[in-house]
Amino acid sequence: MNGFLRARKFIVVLYTSRVPSLAVTVLTSLVLFCMPASATETAKRPIVVASKNFNESYLLSEMLSQMLEAKGYPVERKFGLGGTLVCYEALRNGEVDVYPEYSGTLGRVILKVDDPAPSEARLNQLLADSPISVLDSFGFNNTYAIALKASLARERQLSAISDLSGQSDLRVAFGLEFLNREDGWIGLSALYDLPHDPIGIEHGLAYQAIDDNKVDITDAYSTDGDLARYGLTTLVDDRQYFPQYIGLPFVRNELPVEVKQILNQLAGKIDDELMRNLNGQVVVEGKTFAEVANQYLAGQNIVRAEVTGTGGILDYLPDSLLENTLTHLKLTSIALALGCLLGFPLGIVVYRSKTVSRVVVYVAGLMQTIPSIALLALMIPLFGIGQVPAIIALFLYSLLPILRNTITALLTIDPLLKSIAEAIGLTRFQQLRYVLVPMAVPNILAGVKTAAVISIGTATLAAFIGAGGLGEPIVTGLALNSTELILQGAIPAACLAIIVELLFEGLEKLLVKPHMLQNQITE
Amino acid sequence: MHNRLACRCNENFSLSSNCVQFRNVNKSFQEQSVIKNISLDLPLNETTALVGESGSGKSTLLRLVNGLVLPDSGEVKLFGTPIDYKDIAMVRRTMGFAVQGAGLFPHLTIMENVTLIARLEKWSPAQISERYAALFDLLALSHDFSDRYPHMLSGGQQQRVSLCRAMMLNPPLMLLDEPFSALDPITRRTIQDEFINLQVVERRSVILVTHDMSEAEKLAEFLVIIREGEVVQSGAVNDVRNNPVNEYVRSLFEQEHLN
Repeated sequence: MNGFLRARKFIVVLYTSRVPSLAVTVLTSLVLFCMPASATETAKRPIVVASKNFNESYLLSEMLSQMLEAKGYPVERKFGLGGTLVCYEALRNGEVDVYPEYSGTLGRVILKVDDPAPSEARLNQLLADSPISVLDSFGFNNTYAIALKASLARERQLSAISDLSGQSDLRVAFGLEFLNREDGWIGLSALYDLPHDPIGIEHGLAYQAIDDNKVDITDAYSTDGDLARYGLTTLVDDRQYFPQYIGLPFVRNELPVEVKQILNQLAGKIDDELMRNLNGQVVVEGKTFAEVANQYLAGQNIVRAEVTGTGGILDYLPDSLLENTLTHLKLTSIALALGCLLGFPLGIVVYRSKTVSRVVVYVAGLMQTIPSIALLALMIPLFGIGQVPAIIALFLYSLLPILRNTITALLTIDPLLKSIAEAIGLTRFQQLRYVLVPMAVPNILAGVKTAAVISIGTATLAAFIGAGGLGEPIVTGLALNSTELILQGAIPAACLAIIVELLFEGLEKLLVKPHMLQNQITE
Repeated sequence: MHNRLACRCNENFSLSSNCVQFRNVNKSFQEQSVIKNISLDLPLNETTALVGESGSGKSTLLRLVNGLVLPDSGEVKLFGTPIDYKDIAMVRRTMGFAVQGAGLFPHLTIMENVTLIARLEKWSPAQISERYAALFDLLALSHDFSDRYPHMLSGGQQQRVSLCRAMMLNPPLMLLDEPFSALDPITRRTIQDEFINLQVVERRSVILVTHDMSEAEKLAEFLVIIREGEVVQSGAVNDVRNNPVNEYVRSLFEQEHLN
């Protein structure tokens, strides 16, 4: 047997009948490997503080974390989780102990109540049967607001939205979401009888447009730090049209009373103005979350003042590039290995039956059509947050290309050669091992390559459920509108994809004779 | 293993004077009757030619012998014993198989192609290389080909290699499905001559499917003429030629003379 055959042997090993049970063993051990060692450490378990993936949420979570740390509680920060659903599910599952939420979001999105301004008491009443509850609100209301230049407001003496009804000459531009939402401009203009004919604009560009005097009025969030940067003010919602989005800590009930007391220290202390100012210190002045939080909390005598660096938001990133890359590789390679362990044997088992293989490919294809972030969110109730659900989601995504290429590769082998493999006296297993699988290897490899590249791309989204990896700087960068941060994740991820592509080409050269590549299917 | 295989055949030899017997065999594909109640005995250690037009059922009849096609009814016996379909892979190792277009595995070298089954039968390396070398000499193949891949060889060379593969285990029976028909006339004649020589050196039962009566006359001792799934006439080549049962059989020989 020459080197070529020997090299192929290890691939062939994947096809033995023992693989399914091996797959189960490997899967189990991998899952165990990724689980935090929780049982032994319950006594000293850190309090897990999470945040959503936008500026204000990071800042509030950092404050909560520092307050806990000041009282000697160890804290694990899981910042930048991908949205309300992810945070909520993680909190309910006990993967997270506290994160800042908004009363309106909680009422509308999670508890589905038709109350534009639910109080803390009402929310806790609705949450009575669940293991989670809200603490006292910070004091600010981060709701939709109508923003304009402070100078213009002074000049025309505008302080409330109702003042706008006589100002039909003002040019109005709204973000597309606000413009088209029932509870956005449509309802607002009806309630206040506003005569304006707004244009739609990408929200990020609206402030710049006002600054350039191209537009007078736009929608904003009332605590947006950028308002200060552009010298904008907001109009009072004098008819209480907008729902209230009061910021408050959302916690697990089981937290000790002392901890809840610590988390309640900010109750009523942060009004819209202050929140806007604090946000502005991050997004406008480029201070770190830790710095802004520490300065404010020290000023309130809640924590000791600490000297911190001034590296800007980049300082936020706890993990180095190397660490992120390794995590990324770990997520994708485990997912890919699982995809191969299931995809190959499954493809081999089903390829003979047209109906069964069609069903299997459809199911795998269905998986592919679930948007990644939705699939990740679906994983949370089952597997919580972190690396395990991320790996499982990536594994599901890698299945289709591996499975489809395996089936197609086996099906497209010359029927004459298949019948000869039978006729010369090879058993079914030997036909697979010596003829079918070796002949299918080029196409199977192509499928694995596709799966690998898809996984590397998709794995950047794993940061939304706290799995880390190269998505972490990207997600943070998106939240903070920092190109620098986004590139810190995007460039290594792109490089990784290219390297993997090259590696697979090398592997192909090693495993496949050049003349076998001629009739390769292109995926 | 080698011995076990030989034993398996030797003990069978003693049981019958026929290599293959068909007993009331029927086969249909999608309601289309392809083999119609064929009963037929093929002689031991002779070359039998199954002659017929395309679609006559001659290839199906051949594939009933090695179990690539299963009979709907009736029975196929090998050396007097009904085919053991449960252990069909082992049964097939007692039958060499070569087809039109050679059908060598493109990912294996010439040597790997020829010796694959011998290695699985756990022959010793010495046994393998001895048999391999002998076959290559018989078929006038260069030993330089051993490490090459099939696509590097000409059609005639590939066909010779496929005959070597079919004969590697020294099977008592060879099944050949038009193995020479895709070759150019000169190459075909050469390989046909080599085949005759093979039957002198290593005599065995051979079933050869062909649509070419001149090839049948040249290579075979026993002739089976098949038309629309039925045996029109069978017997020694000379008997059939001299006493054709009908116009159709006579015409097959006449066409050949016209050629």
